[in-house]
Amino acid sequence: MTFSYYPGCTLKTKAKDLDRYARSAAAALGVEMAELPEWQCCGAVYPQAKDEIATKLSAVRALMAARDEGRELLTLCSACHHVIKRVNHDMVSDENIRTKVNNYLKPEVPYTGETKVIHYLEMLRDTVGFDELAKRVTRPLKGRRIAAYYGCMLLRPGNVMGFDDPENPRIMEDFIRAIGAEPVVIAYRNECCGGYMTLENRALAQKKATTVVDAAASAGADTIVTACPLCQYNLDVNAVGERVPVLYFTELLAEALGVKEAEA
Amino acid sequence: MSFEEKEMAENIKRISGVNPRKCMKCGKCSGTCPAYEEMDYHPHEFVAMVEKGRIDELLASKSIWTCLSCFACVERCPRSVEPAKLIEAVRLEVIRAQGANHLKAVQIPELLDEKLPQQAIVSAFRKYSK
Repeated sequence: MTFSYYPGCTLKTKAKDLDRYARSAAAALGVEMAELPEWQCCGAVYPQAKDEIATKLSAVRALMAARDEGRELLTLCSACHHVIKRVNHDMVSDENIRTKVNNYLKPEVPYTGETKVIHYLEMLRDTVGFDELAKRVTRPLKGRRIAAYYGCMLLRPGNVMGFDDPENPRIMEDFIRAIGAEPVVIAYRNECCGGYMTLENRALAQKKATTVVDAAASAGADTIVTACPLCQYNLDVNAVGERVPVLYFTELLAEALGVKEAEA
Repeated sequence: MSFEEKEMAENIKRISGVNPRKCMKCGKCSGTCPAYEEMDYHPHEFVAMVEKGRIDELLASKSIWTCLSCFACVERCPRSVEPAKLIEAVRLEVIRAQGANHLKAVQIPELLDEKLPQQAIVSAFRKYSK
């Protein structure tokens, strides 16, 4: 199956590991990721106000490009997924936003939210299937105790994101099981890491990140996995005291599929 | 409440889509807020103060720069009031004015470090500047 793929700005720079291991793992699983030819930065934060139009345009351009390619839009960064999925929801449900966006962009065919936005983890669950993934694993991560950190962006608001149960998710734990490791469910796995507050108030970001990493350490996790470059940064750089390595889930996926070295 | 505050309260309700009168004052939003301790006015107070038209205090509050946009208060509000949207609308009232940006590009170089993801800078600009 072929998806239109939206990588986003950080995956081309500081979070190259999230991107490249996703690509090699997808290739091993027979999933094609066709990068959109002219994507723009999504803005990283969903503009909540109902009169914000210009800030939603880059997401709409990506959505429209995928529609024109006749494909579903695959995302990987939690923030990009959040922004694009919610803007798409606006294009379906908010007539004022839909009208103004189409008036501005004047596409040949108006965009009305028809593209399906799929996060890479959803692709693993729903397109490949975790049972099938488990069969494809050549190097199961036996004996590893891995804590999933969901953060905020993939889950909330649950009625728009439709990703998993926003208060008691399981998709990442199911993923961890599929690659042969033992999932360690930790408190704070769906609480904020501190986000962009690291720029404004580093002490607050340190407090938030430390709470999460402490929870993982006391639960005996040897690794924390995330899908978000900013969560990765906060948990890795801003956590104080006991540390647990924080990796992108795609790196462990590539490792389990035996395609990590080929890529590195 | 001044006339200007009344106008602003109406605009904040309009662009946020929030109806503060739906609030049943359970306090769950503030109870779950990860930035609670750093705030002067808390999520439940935004709801009450917008309803009463006490906008000037909110415009000057520390909280509009402290909200993490984690959407915990949106998800967990039993009445779907969704205070984060109000906080965002108040922040927009501030930064939409000329020269009122909270974060300026010239400040960025000193905030950078080796690992800081672009996502952090883009997010902060989205939140703090127009």
